[in-house]
Amino acid sequence: MDSRSLTNKQSRPGDVLLYAIVYICAGFSVLLLVGIIAYVLYKGVGAVNLSFLTSVTSVLKGTVGIAGNIVNTLLIIFISMIIATPISIGAAVYLNEYAKPGKLVTLIEFATEILSGIPSIIFGLFGMMFFGQTLGLGYSLITGSLTLILMVLPLITRNTQAALKVVPDSYRQGSVGLGAGKWHTIRTILLPCAMPGIITGVILAIGRIVGESAALLFTAGSAKTLPKTLGALFGKIFDSGGTLTIQLYLSATSEGDFETAFGIAVVLLIIVFLINLGTKRLAARFDVRRIAK
Amino acid sequence: MGSITKTNGAVNAQKVTEFIAKTVFTVCAVLAIFAVASMTVYMFAKGTPAFQKVGVAELLFGTVWKPTADPSSYGIFYIILSSIVGTACSIAIGVPIALMTAVFLTEVADKKISAIVYPAVELLAAIPSVIYGLIGLMVLNPAMYKLEKLIFAGSKTHQFTGGSNMLSAIIVLAIMILPTVINVSASSIRSVPKELRAASLAMGATKMQTIFKVTVPTAKNGIMVGVVLGIGRALGEAMAINMVAGGSVNIPLPFNSVRFLTTQLVSEMGYAEGTHRQVLFSVGLVLYIFIMLINLALMQIKKRNEEQ
Repeated sequence: MDSRSLTNKQSRPGDVLLYAIVYICAGFSVLLLVGIIAYVLYKGVGAVNLSFLTSVTSVLKGTVGIAGNIVNTLLIIFISMIIATPISIGAAVYLNEYAKPGKLVTLIEFATEILSGIPSIIFGLFGMMFFGQTLGLGYSLITGSLTLILMVLPLITRNTQAALKVVPDSYRQGSVGLGAGKWHTIRTILLPCAMPGIITGVILAIGRIVGESAALLFTAGSAKTLPKTLGALFGKIFDSGGTLTIQLYLSATSEGDFETAFGIAVVLLIIVFLINLGTKRLAARFDVRRIAK
Repeated sequence: MGSITKTNGAVNAQKVTEFIAKTVFTVCAVLAIFAVASMTVYMFAKGTPAFQKVGVAELLFGTVWKPTADPSSYGIFYIILSSIVGTACSIAIGVPIALMTAVFLTEVADKKISAIVYPAVELLAAIPSVIYGLIGLMVLNPAMYKLEKLIFAGSKTHQFTGGSNMLSAIIVLAIMILPTVINVSASSIRSVPKELRAASLAMGATKMQTIFKVTVPTAKNGIMVGVVLGIGRALGEAMAINMVAGGSVNIPLPFNSVRFLTTQLVSEMGYAEGTHRQVLFSVGLVLYIFIMLINLALMQIKKRNEEQ
């Protein structure tokens, strides 16, 4: 048989090289993740125990713990989401249900796009100048939360918009045809249908807040004390407070306490992993396209 | 009669509700415009005074950064240069790796393997930047220090950095842009019509020829979006590279300790006062302008893609 026959499979050395490069690059991306997770766990698991999670670092008591940072993180998430969620949903409802194509919509879409492209350090700078100085809130959890609200607005707005877009028009027509007003339709038909998308957006936003550091360094500060009473917990909103990421940064740099830094890294990785899993489950369970069928 | 007035009342009440609902929703939507506008105004209002005080040319093109010395000097040229060089190099390293991974995910791997690799990439995107910084600090910097000692052994002019250098920052940035570029490129490659691949294969091209001569070139507009997003991400990253790039303003050479626009803000904003603080706001303004240009370029590309 002639080796140059058309029916023979031709192998090109260039192809083999390309295959090799493609496999190496993909392998690198996966090994990178495995390496990061393995390294963090190896270095950090030893630091994580019950007292690490439930106490506050104190020279007097001789304890090392991140309870204060956990409370700060939760408070910032709570304040940010309770304000950002309704605003984002409102914006998405306006853009999808009320707005007619025109200058205002173009401008809003433009602003949302710009907002999602601004890096967190710029948000931090603006938050420090505007909320911290101009509004006089100083270094506090509320300053940090207000800053983060601007940051997560586009995220929740987009997810809600995407969910509203796949609600079939027949639902709207059916509702209006039965005599319901627009607000009633939104409240009872559209928002419930879009709920999985909204929740996905909210969880993604929480993930973003948990991992955020640059926007918080100059807005929420770095205090790590734990409030003693419930009243103090609310008062804490106006006090400085460092989140887990900020504490990790400080532990790894100025404090030079790498054990704590890796301990926090383990906690953060677990949270990030759970959030990732949560959004996936949600997306699979409430596949928004299912509604359209 | 009575029932008619009642209905009118109900209709009026409904009109009021509808009006309130519409107003509230509009206000929510307009807030984004308000946020961007006030951010822009603030960045310019706070960022420009230092230009008047120090002088535009001296600030932007000065190469000496001594904010606390007497007489003080506020040249941020090397800082700007470091940001540009760092971003460019990380893109040059990260984009090919990301593109090849995207090709693997969409064209080469079978479904089972993609189902493992894809979530891994997603998780990579979700890891907080301080963790990248921490690992860079603990793994990359010591390795760099060994390399540095090897290369500059006996050198009298080189300032040893302990491994906190430009190269470490570039590697961390290249890794951090991977997920963004992979995701966008993969979805762009996936949307290339099957007919094109089929036609190419039918003409006798091999799979690799088809991928790199037909599929990827067809998807290039979408891949471009990923690259520009990556540029924005690399330019705006602050915490991770602040932990690995060292702490002094220098010419961006591989083994020099450098400061970027972002890391300059992170490390000095906490204590800066007076003119020093104002200059930092100017650094923020320069970064803001860069980011805005990238954002506008991104929108332009997206618009062009939609038109096609």
